[in-house]
Amino acid sequence: MPEFETLEHDVLVIGAGGAGLRAAIEAAAAGVRVGLVCKSLLGKAHTVMAEGGIAAALANVDERDSWKVHFADTMRGGQYVNNWRMAELHAKEAPDRVRELEAWGALFDRTKDGKILQRNFGGHRYPRLAHVGDRTGLELIRTLQDHGIHQGIDVHMEWTVVSLLKDGERIAGVFAYSRERGQFKVFRAKAVILATGGIGRAYKITSNSWEGTGDGHTLAYDAGAELIDMEFVQFHPTGMVWPPSVRGILVTEGVRGEGGVLRNKDGKRFMFDDIPENYRSQTADNEEEGWRYTQGDKNARRPPELLTRDHVARCINREVKAGRGSPHGGVFLDISWIKEKLPNAQEHIKKKLPSMYHQFKKLADLDITKEPMEIGPTTHYVMGGVRVDADSQMSRVPGLFAAGECAAGINGANRLGGNSLSDLLVFGRRAGEYAAKFAQSAKNPTLDQQQLESAARAALAPFDRPTDGGGPFQIQYELQEMMQDLVGIVRREDELVRAVEGVQRLQKRAAAVGVSGNREYNPGWHTALDLHNLLTVSEAIGRAAIERKESRGGHFRDDFPDKDPQYATFNTVLARAPDGSMKLRREPLIPMPPELKQVIEEMK
Amino acid sequence: MPNANFKVWRGDAKGGAFKDYSTDVSEGMVVLDAIHKIQADSANDLACRWNCKAGKCGSCSAEINGKPKLMCMTRMADLPLDRPITVEPMKTFPLIKDLVTDVSWNYAVKKTIKGFAPRKPDAPDGTWRMQQDDIERPQEFRKCIECFLCQDVCHVLRDHHLHDKFIGPRFLIYTAQLEMNPLDTGDRVPDLKHEHGIGFCNITKCCTKVCPEEITITDNAIIPLKERVVDRMYDPLTKLLRVLKG
Repeated sequence: MPEFETLEHDVLVIGAGGAGLRAAIEAAAAGVRVGLVCKSLLGKAHTVMAEGGIAAALANVDERDSWKVHFADTMRGGQYVNNWRMAELHAKEAPDRVRELEAWGALFDRTKDGKILQRNFGGHRYPRLAHVGDRTGLELIRTLQDHGIHQGIDVHMEWTVVSLLKDGERIAGVFAYSRERGQFKVFRAKAVILATGGIGRAYKITSNSWEGTGDGHTLAYDAGAELIDMEFVQFHPTGMVWPPSVRGILVTEGVRGEGGVLRNKDGKRFMFDDIPENYRSQTADNEEEGWRYTQGDKNARRPPELLTRDHVARCINREVKAGRGSPHGGVFLDISWIKEKLPNAQEHIKKKLPSMYHQFKKLADLDITKEPMEIGPTTHYVMGGVRVDADSQMSRVPGLFAAGECAAGINGANRLGGNSLSDLLVFGRRAGEYAAKFAQSAKNPTLDQQQLESAARAALAPFDRPTDGGGPFQIQYELQEMMQDLVGIVRREDELVRAVEGVQRLQKRAAAVGVSGNREYNPGWHTALDLHNLLTVSEAIGRAAIERKESRGGHFRDDFPDKDPQYATFNTVLARAPDGSMKLRREPLIPMPPELKQVIEEMK
Repeated sequence: MPNANFKVWRGDAKGGAFKDYSTDVSEGMVVLDAIHKIQADSANDLACRWNCKAGKCGSCSAEINGKPKLMCMTRMADLPLDRPITVEPMKTFPLIKDLVTDVSWNYAVKKTIKGFAPRKPDAPDGTWRMQQDDIERPQEFRKCIECFLCQDVCHVLRDHHLHDKFIGPRFLIYTAQLEMNPLDTGDRVPDLKHEHGIGFCNITKCCTKVCPEEITITDNAIIPLKERVVDRMYDPLTKLLRVLKG
């Protein structure tokens, strides 16, 4: 009987991005033994790529802002299929979470009177995003990291979790391998918090790093938790498109917040052509008004470039398909034009968008203070994820929690820019608090030797298989091509059905894939193990997308291009049936209390 | 499509050698793309770290044609293709495998530096006020992506291996941003001298030259910290006062 080294924690956090770090800090503050397991080195998680800012109704720049406006904006952006309780908690608690970062050493850009500065972003009625230039994610993660290392958290870097362990119905810990040596370890824990981020690597064009392979989604699903809203994938409107090697890298929405405009090849600001009904009263109807909004004129309405991401991405897609795109299949995003308006535009742009300036200069030989950028949509974020209780973030598996991108509910059908960083902080903290409480009243779980052995067997199986049938990378590329083509921004029933069938074929191939080399830092092996996760979330996205025969938020159906009120009443829920198949059901939305309904009415 | 030849270091702590590979070069390609292509096509087990591929996470540090760089920000078009491009791991840290080194020393060093200690909130709303001008300098240091290229190139660490006496440029700017944070009340000056070895730095500015974030490490962080140490520890009047006060 193989023996595995076993470590003991009360609360074990998987993932060290914003949500994972914040959860670990909170759990440690409750006095329990906390472990933090992460696939990469500490401080490298995808949170560093967040650029524009953290949405919180601090009302530092516009005193009309409040949690109510933020709540209403979030619900409107999510097309009202959000979990209203999460949206409420998020809007109420985000300001405190931002102030707390300052108390831990973050240095946000300042207003003239020395407060935290806030900037405009898509779908937010008032300037709401606390930021540091365009590197806010780095500031957030570094602040949490530098605070966290003094809180007595055991950090296990470059460990990858391959399965969750259970003791009957409840969670018992995790089984993981080290990237460095390839050895296995068991982390026994009374509570486990998943904070593993997104699924972007299921697509060819994505802003996500290699880590975004849907690990938490799949671990939870395999362990008996439910996934909801998986049809809602966010395609960020502005990713780089040229040169090919950088395709998909994020270009912050902050560019538009600072006055950047979108044009087609004819120089037309096409975003004025299609303004959705529910945003018409808040949107500028001429270019001059839009500009005044970006410069802080409180009587002006926002330019249509700052409509929600789902809408902007579809408009770009429409221009490209109609033959009005840029030379490399995108459209133009121009911030350099503000030199017509501002005397020191060049310096201003470099100051407000330093990493965008750097990124285009270095990777595309392009000076954004002088020329327009070429941009196009890129897979950025998944609104769907583990179904959790709004207050505690616990899934239906006792002791299993989820927070951040891998959990779902707050964003509904579409996430507003800036709401992710605040989500990480608000719900990371809540998950940490409730997981610690759970652990304090829970007995030590018993480990099941059989589960450990089968996890180890499954993890090592690729080494015993022939390597001639195309390697793990090829399967991953095929999946990414297929998801991009068939389950992208614009979807159709027949294509979605083909995609689900395609995923099933790839699942068979992935189950037979072999790898070469040994267990020490072997990317081929790691990719082979990630395939199960990527394929599981891809199947989930496909199945949920087939079920929703309407267009809403990030989910757009060419064959059902309108919103359908009967689909506004439920979330799609996926769970693993006893026979291992993926089962879908509709879960009615929880009725919203009258006082929140009234908030939404007031803000209309 | 042009072709590029590579010599990539393959091996582990026990030893290794350069191995030859070649790939096609497409427009705009960076060295990390080439390494990924080699990995996918002919060397599935070639180890390298990467995350964001946009110069923001600092994971893919390596030595390209002998120069410490981020692989994701080094364009093939900027390298001569008439001879093989060498790609090696950072030399200042122990090798794990291929291009991956053991950088855990850096994480241990950071823990030895006293954390942020803000003064009590003093604005009426229970927070603080800070002026933009007063935070520009520490904000510059907070751009650091912890790629550790400055540590890699620093001769105190690379050639003299004084890892147990000197914290290196990365952690001098880390200390500097804490010391220069307008809210901070901590005092790290004695540690800089006695524990963290600031005196070993003889301001050759190699760190500043390799910083992918273009942080002026030496001039803006290390020299001002050295001045603080000198003012405190070597000023004759202060020294006398210290002796008198016991």
